[in-house]
Amino acid sequence: MAILQMQRINIYALNKHCKEILETLQRMGVMQVEQVDIEDSVFYREDTSAFQASYRRSAAAVKSASEILSTYVKYKKSLLSSLEGRKPLSKEEYYKLTDNYTEVLKIAYDIISDNKKIIENKAKIVAYESRLEALSPWQNLDVPMLQSATKTTTSVIGSFQEKLDYETLRLRIAETDPDLELFDLEIVSSDDNQTCIFAVCMNKDIERFNSALRKIGFILPAFDSKLSPQEAIKELKNKIERREKLIEEHISNITAQKDMLDSLNFLEDYFVMKSDRYAQIDNISYSPHTFVMTGYVTKRDSEKLSKLLLEKYDAEVELEDVDGDDVPVVLSNNKFTEPVEGVVLSYSAPHRKEIDPTGIMAVFYYIFFGMMFSDAGYGLVMALACGIAVKVFKNMEQGLKKSLKMFFWCGVSTFFWGLMFGSFFGDAVQVISRTFFGAEAPVIYGITTPIWFNPTEGAGPTKLLMFSFLLGIIHLFAGLILQAVNYVRNGKWLYAIYDDVSWILLVGGAVFALLSTEMLASMAGFQLPPVWLTIGGIMALVGAVLILFCSARNKNPFKRLIKGAYNLYGVTSYLSDILSYSRLLALGLATGVVAQVFNQLGAMIGNSFVGVVAFVLIFVVGHVLNIGINALGAYVHTNRLQFVEFFGKFYEGGGRDFKPYAVNTKYYNIKEDI
Amino acid sequence: MSGLFLAILGAAFATFMAGIGSSIGVGKAGVAAAGVLAEEPSLFSKVLILMLLPATQGIYGLLVAFLTLQAVGVIGDPVGDISVAKGALYLAACLPIAFSGLMSAIHQGKCSVAGINTVSKKPDQMGKALIIPAMVETYAILALLISILAINGIKVLSI
Repeated sequence: MAILQMQRINIYALNKHCKEILETLQRMGVMQVEQVDIEDSVFYREDTSAFQASYRRSAAAVKSASEILSTYVKYKKSLLSSLEGRKPLSKEEYYKLTDNYTEVLKIAYDIISDNKKIIENKAKIVAYESRLEALSPWQNLDVPMLQSATKTTTSVIGSFQEKLDYETLRLRIAETDPDLELFDLEIVSSDDNQTCIFAVCMNKDIERFNSALRKIGFILPAFDSKLSPQEAIKELKNKIERREKLIEEHISNITAQKDMLDSLNFLEDYFVMKSDRYAQIDNISYSPHTFVMTGYVTKRDSEKLSKLLLEKYDAEVELEDVDGDDVPVVLSNNKFTEPVEGVVLSYSAPHRKEIDPTGIMAVFYYIFFGMMFSDAGYGLVMALACGIAVKVFKNMEQGLKKSLKMFFWCGVSTFFWGLMFGSFFGDAVQVISRTFFGAEAPVIYGITTPIWFNPTEGAGPTKLLMFSFLLGIIHLFAGLILQAVNYVRNGKWLYAIYDDVSWILLVGGAVFALLSTEMLASMAGFQLPPVWLTIGGIMALVGAVLILFCSARNKNPFKRLIKGAYNLYGVTSYLSDILSYSRLLALGLATGVVAQVFNQLGAMIGNSFVGVVAFVLIFVVGHVLNIGINALGAYVHTNRLQFVEFFGKFYEGGGRDFKPYAVNTKYYNIKEDI
Repeated sequence: MSGLFLAILGAAFATFMAGIGSSIGVGKAGVAAAGVLAEEPSLFSKVLILMLLPATQGIYGLLVAFLTLQAVGVIGDPVGDISVAKGALYLAACLPIAFSGLMSAIHQGKCSVAGINTVSKKPDQMGKALIIPAMVETYAILALLISILAINGIKVLSI
């Protein structure tokens, strides 16, 4: 529950160690590198953008080679592989793998060129096939498709774009040119879209014949060849076969490299790391023999880092505690609260002067999530799934691990609230025993009988609603107290009274006063003695006066009063904030009732073999569905209560994220100290 | 016209109006999600979550309908005759989630579409993209709450 002290780090070292130092820093991943602002006659900066671009190009090439390889070779990938994370590599293993990188790079380019050839050949085959298709109507013709002539006759080959039979064609020609007689024609093929003909005509009439044909829609074939269609088709088929063989050869070239996938992936990581390293060089200032780099590191890691740099590379390291708006923020929390850090950071990192809200938020986060999901069975499933996943997959990415740990604790809380409200997969136990054993379920506290009360029966909903509001008020007050703490830490303790104590008095007083009236007492189920009306009234009055006269920071007393009155009007927002916590009840009921719906649906067929099978099926599918949709709802609305109601009271945020220079790869994680 | 008919009419309203809203909302978001997936298949889980946000109204409608059917004895234990007045009360109790569900799901769908666009450009802003549609859902939740409380209250009335 704290923001770590950051230190400015300056590293001075000899140029000959530069590469190694950069590699070490990258593997350690504890320093955020900033630009050094020295540039004079001695110090200069290097431009490495060309190198970066070239390494990124190589990385892209290797990546596409690995993608090609995985399309031709089916690698087994387990469903849970996304949980596995990056494979850890020690420094030694890493250097061993980098030894043969030129070979692997060559293989990558070979794979790419094979793939290119496959694509080219496929395109050729498509072209051949379309020619084959165009030729297929002509396949019965055994002379070349050229206009050829003998001494007295000329052949005409072509087609009409419609279905014609011999008789109609002759009739049409006769209509167009009645005198034309010295010709003969034959229909080679005919389908719905075209009719192909072969005709012979006496040389002296050929002009008239051609023009007559054109008038009725004759077109010459789009291709000519010295081969007859039959032969041409045969040749095309041969060509396609040859190309197919080529494709097979290239594919087998590629699949022959099936063991190289890991090496290719490693190489991609290698180039990405290298490009990242060169990107850092832009931030360094060089002199002819030395270089300077600067950045931020947490105080926690700084000693180790400076010792290592001094011992290994004779580097001079300066450390200095810093505070300021530009300094990045790193949070540190214990095992229980750390998992929700991600939620805080997804809103905004706290700025350096305010308190880290993670710890307090974590408690409310787990409680609220549990109340909205509130089913012992679902909580059990969730906690077990997350817990086992974290235990089994040791190399899981940190971010994912944190989320799963968060959902583990949310699951535990869900389990707890499920027992409180007596919901275990809805009313599964009761339904099963009633349907299949014909008896009422025994009383098992937490599973068939609520430990606290059943929120779906009788006065249950109102009771839970009141409890939700109570939690909401506590949550809001916690926010106000955190703001007060922030004020006091910055020495503005009067503001804490004006802005925070005042509201606590006003809202708290109003609650006391309302609880001593008849109206609310009937809902709450108890009534405070009338004296609380006075106590609450006085508290609220003091609070209101403080807000009216002191909450505005204006020098002009008139303006101050008006602003104060406006602030006092903000009491309506407290009303809506508190009402907003009714979602704890509504979403909790939603989970429970939908679970009951599925149980009831499952039990409809009754006690028979089919009934049992149907029940199991509906039970599994229905509850999986319910877990999915309601866990999403609980997650989103827990976040909302934190971000809007809670953070709205005190949180400023706007801190700068800590982005350490680290190994930013996809497949392998190279660590300095394994 | 019997009381039972009115009550079931209410349950029907709750289911189909909230269901229509959710279908429209999820449908809109789904179109946007599929568009993003064409470019960035790795964002599947994120856009799926955003896409599913407007689905809850349909479930709230189902829930209220179920509670109503249970209260009038259509499912579960029979409760005897439902008077016309009681049936009309059930119908009225179903209306909040019917209308709120319909409208809020449609508008939540629009916010989800916008959120999906945000995530497609900045996947790390998922947290914020998720909160904006959730704001709209608040009103469906409030309506759900009133519907549930009303049904629960009507059950014990002796009219």
